[in-house]
Amino acid sequence: MARLIIPTPLRKFTADQAVFESTGNNVKEVINQLIDEYNGLKQHLLDERGDIRSFVRIYVGDEDIHALNREHTTVEANSVVSIIPAIAGGSY
Amino acid sequence: MHTMIPTSRSVERFHELQHYVGNTPLYPITKLSPNPKVKIYAKLEWQQMGGSVKARPAYNIMKEAIESGKLNEGKHLLDATSGNTGIAYAVFASVAGIPLTLAVPGNVTKERKNILQALGVNLIFTSPFESTDGSQREALALASAEPDKYFYADQYNNDNNWKAHYNSTAEEIIRQTGGQITHFVAGLGTTGTFTGTSRKLKEYDPSIQVIGLQPETALHGLEGWKHLETAKVPGIYDDQLADDIQGVDTLGAYEVLKDAARYESLFLSPSSAANLLGAILLAEKIEEGTIVTVFPDDATKYSEVVDPILKS
Repeated sequence: MARLIIPTPLRKFTADQAVFESTGNNVKEVINQLIDEYNGLKQHLLDERGDIRSFVRIYVGDEDIHALNREHTTVEANSVVSIIPAIAGGSY
Repeated sequence: MHTMIPTSRSVERFHELQHYVGNTPLYPITKLSPNPKVKIYAKLEWQQMGGSVKARPAYNIMKEAIESGKLNEGKHLLDATSGNTGIAYAVFASVAGIPLTLAVPGNVTKERKNILQALGVNLIFTSPFESTDGSQREALALASAEPDKYFYADQYNNDNNWKAHYNSTAEEIIRQTGGQITHFVAGLGTTGTFTGTSRKLKEYDPSIQVIGLQPETALHGLEGWKHLETAKVPGIYDDQLADDIQGVDTLGAYEVLKDAARYESLFLSPSSAANLLGAILLAEKIEEGTIVTVFPDDATKYSEVVDPILKS
């Protein structure tokens, strides 16, 4: 199964789980499975239309999905999918 | 009192730099202001040494540490930062001849990496998954392992962070508005700007309303801001200070960023645009008044984020 790495700010919604294993075949399916398991994440990851929020940065391996096939980017059984948070804490 | 003042020429030069910290212009927002009875002003904080609001706390933290002897000659200055504080430290440290080590998240913008590397900073990149929370842990671990080598500035828990704004930003705002300010709005990151400025403004006139801004969601595109419910809350944050906490939507801030360039000739960073959005939303809600916010930095260090916004 693909492994999804949960960033620290979102672990409050995953009972501190840092890794989520998914059978999804693309990024959207992986994210949807994650939200099915942890519904509190929905508002943080999806917009009103149910699309992944445009500023949420997701990587498959070392590649930003914006440089691939966005949410339709294929996920293999051995893929590592990562959600990268924005930089917090500096400017104020 | 100064218990120990290094007397080398380089540290003398450091003290001369105080003339290039603070005293930023208070700029009137005209075309994007939605209510003719409400004035909106913003402090152009990139117009000081180091190019951001962080000149104030970085200088004050270093000044206090040098004067108290905690940052004496030979010691490294160490902190965790997402970039702007690091750049300010780097400018001042190079003048003072102080070695600088910074723990920064691996996903800081390329411009910040370039600037910090050009200024000769010893950079330690921490996990991009953990934002600056991970950088803080790394800096603390380094300081604990080698306490004789490092002075850990710890901007998130250092009172000289918020005191910089208490003693400068707030004073400037009171003077520049002729005491007419009715509302202060600012985003929450280290919370130094909000805490220090608000504390002084409330002492000056308790009727001044202070509104803290934070991202609406845990994941966001407002670099420097903290979503308090899911982030490590800084020790200097005073949760009794704010009259209100307002959520700001990242995409809304991006729209304001575009509008500010087009209609106000201001080339804002995402967090500056978010502060302006907070001020605009407030201006729509109140009948009259004078709102002041800060623009921590401009867009020049955010090309990866800002270019697509301006082209969209």
